[in-house]
Amino acid sequence: MPPAVSFQHVSRHFGHVKAVDDVSLDIFEGEFFAMLGPSGSGKTTCLRLIAGFEQPTSGHIEIFGETAEGLPPYRRNVNTVFQDYALFPHMTVGENVAYGLMIKGVARAEREAKALETLAMVKLKGFDQRRPSQLSGGQRQRVALARALVNQPKVLLLDEPLGALDLKLREQMQEELKALQKELGITFVLVTHDQGEALSMANRVAIFNEGKIVQAGPPADVYEHPRSRFVADFVGSSNVLPPEFAAAHGGTHAWTSLRPEKVRLVRAGEALPAGQFGVSGRVASALYQGAITRIAVELNSTRIIAAIPTGMTTIQEGETVALAWDACNLVAMEAA
Amino acid sequence: MRSEPGASVPLKAAAVGGLLFLHLPLALIFLYAFTTEEKSFQFPPPSLTLHWLSVAWFDRPDIWGPLWLSLKVAVLATLIALILGTLAAAALWRARFFGKDSLSLLFILPIALPGIITGIALRSAFDIMSIPFSTWTIVLGHATFCIVVVYNNALARFRRLSPSMIEASVDLGANGAQTFRHVILPQISSALLAGGMLAFALSFDEVIVTTFTAGQQATLPIWMLNELIRPRQRPVTNVVAMIVIAVTFLPILAAYYLTREGEHTGGSGR
Repeated sequence: MPPAVSFQHVSRHFGHVKAVDDVSLDIFEGEFFAMLGPSGSGKTTCLRLIAGFEQPTSGHIEIFGETAEGLPPYRRNVNTVFQDYALFPHMTVGENVAYGLMIKGVARAEREAKALETLAMVKLKGFDQRRPSQLSGGQRQRVALARALVNQPKVLLLDEPLGALDLKLREQMQEELKALQKELGITFVLVTHDQGEALSMANRVAIFNEGKIVQAGPPADVYEHPRSRFVADFVGSSNVLPPEFAAAHGGTHAWTSLRPEKVRLVRAGEALPAGQFGVSGRVASALYQGAITRIAVELNSTRIIAAIPTGMTTIQEGETVALAWDACNLVAMEAA
Repeated sequence: MRSEPGASVPLKAAAVGGLLFLHLPLALIFLYAFTTEEKSFQFPPPSLTLHWLSVAWFDRPDIWGPLWLSLKVAVLATLIALILGTLAAAALWRARFFGKDSLSLLFILPIALPGIITGIALRSAFDIMSIPFSTWTIVLGHATFCIVVVYNNALARFRRLSPSMIEASVDLGANGAQTFRHVILPQISSALLAGGMLAFALSFDEVIVTTFTAGQQATLPIWMLNELIRPRQRPVTNVVAMIVIAVTFLPILAAYYLTREGEHTGGSGR
């Protein structure tokens, strides 16, 4: 069984800019795969390479075992949900959804029935006669989704699909997309710069930076064991401890990541159990964030951010507190 | 009615004066198409008649040649302009290269250039290349400024298309031709129609460039010019003038409404 999408040493250069630089990756059938990275990291170019809008400068791409380079987008069994939805304004919602089928030459009655069916699947029953301009952003997004899914693609590409929606709608769509993917079993490839979106929806995440994949794996794995300072910083937030500090406080002599929620407050006079290490310092800032309070504690050589559950004690800026963590929560990283 | 403050009296008078200055001569053209006095334009006309309409229709075969030539030239020049203008606009729409703005200016220049310059330039070019005057030399001259009108209209509409819409069409399985037919053309068609009608109207009553590129042939405007120089049956010229007004004004009016509708619906109407 060949992987759904396979990149072998793929590069895409624009002049001197290496948008994608020697990327190798396998996306498996039925996977919900997320490409996560800051803007300009190459994730969107990778998506466009799969769709066929870009051709690799070097390397080899296979889609279900079939060589993809040289194949135009309209010959690939891959469909895209665009960031700006790219609906056709001169067609009704129903015609938009049926477009791919019309091009394939499916008879009118059949394609209209299929379009209605797919619209119902994305919860837009009864919207087929409207124009895209009469829909809200969330509804347009669903039309874009239906327009791609009606063609029963082997791979669905989603380019920042939720970027333009507000927070509540975004969370709702995350759930729905994930449920839809499970139900259909189609391989989804999601491009996003929102780490929360990638972590909550995907089975596997690839973190992009400067045209390369710096780490890939299941979300929990990437979150718990960031391999580099970049990943530790970009996926969630993290205390990146210098080697000397880490070695003196339970870790090894390496750049080390310590998640803020793994740091706890030590009560006055409490003795630290074995395996725990601590520091004390002055609170430089305390930010109340509802469920947690985020405090920054100033030390001689570094500063530690801790996420403390709210309601236990009130912490004032300027007071001195003691912090502690389990040695096992210190994650040594390969690179700074 | 004095419900809202209007313009001052002198301003109103100036506006009315301006309108009269523009349109009274047109009204006179219509009036003298129906006069019974043939030799001189005396005011008021002694009396009115429909005689000249029948004269123009039945007794003046010399009108038909120029009318036919003018229509033929206008249609051909408009067709050439539609194809080349749309292609040029499509090419420059998404391209980014050094000198793009200068190139765009070169496309628009022919309409800003005095017709007499275009005319002389074309005439000497035909001369150098020893191309004999024909319908096609007139068509070529007219196409220079007709392309501009279509190009401008098409480019304005292209700029409102989202490039990802074309990618979406290709992504959904359509090749280039299908994408043009189903996605691009429906969205630019009203702009093309408007541009084409303007081009037609511009070509139909063009005199200056035509004078240099027609040789011995006479288009309708040239025929009229000749009629004024050596008049016979003067009111017949006025009848022809009415035809010219109708043939040029109606397309311009239609173009105006077509583009106006386009503004409101963002190209999603029809």
